[in-house]
Amino acid sequence: MSVQALFFAAYRDLLGTRALSVDLPEGATVADLVATLRSRGAPFSALPLEPAVAVNRAYAFPSETLQPGDEVAFIPPVAGG
Amino acid sequence: MIHSALTHAPIDAAELLARVGHDEDGAAILFLGTVRNHADDRPVTGITYEAYEEMASPVLAEIAAEAAEILGSDRLAVVHRIGELEVGEHAVAIAASSPHRAQAYEASRYVIEEIKKRLPVWKKEHYADGRDAWVQGTKPGATGSGTGTAAATAEGRR
Repeated sequence: MSVQALFFAAYRDLLGTRALSVDLPEGATVADLVATLRSRGAPFSALPLEPAVAVNRAYAFPSETLQPGDEVAFIPPVAGG
Repeated sequence: MIHSALTHAPIDAAELLARVGHDEDGAAILFLGTVRNHADDRPVTGITYEAYEEMASPVLAEIAAEAAEILGSDRLAVVHRIGELEVGEHAVAIAASSPHRAQAYEASRYVIEEIKKRLPVWKKEHYADGRDAWVQGTKPGATGSGTGTAAATAEGRR
């Protein structure tokens, strides 16, 4: 299956991209997606081990199982206000 | 009526304040978060705010609804600016009114503190020496309800 990974602010600057389609095995979790990306080497390996992630625009736990087509946003530490 | 919005245009504080108030209310307060001219001792010339807008809009609405519970009424309005701001411009404005001041202050404070904990918005400071940097923030995260905050783990400034 594939999911859409989104990167904002410092993560987008780090990776040089705002969105990526990522292929994952069925049943993969948020943590699996993070590990898959980090295993690509630099600059992906500079992503945190446990970044904050939102699945389909809601904050998600690392253990959450992903579905085909999910929008998975990597959320750097927030600094609104 | 509760009002929440992201905006790319300058914030009209008077318009926001006019959204709250009622004959029952003896207190109306307006909080403005404003771009300051320094970060610690470093001169700042402006801040660029970025948002995950498709998520930030509903999260801001959720925060406003929670604050309205504290307030005990729907007379609460909040707007957050996105884009390039100069020193002195308002990045966030919160208006609330209530029969007595305590609820208005508490609800307003709740909104700004929750924005800082969980609204998917980031800011890049622009310094007088021409450099810039993303401001160190707070790690948001899932909770039992699927929203809200986890430990306030800050990551290092890049």
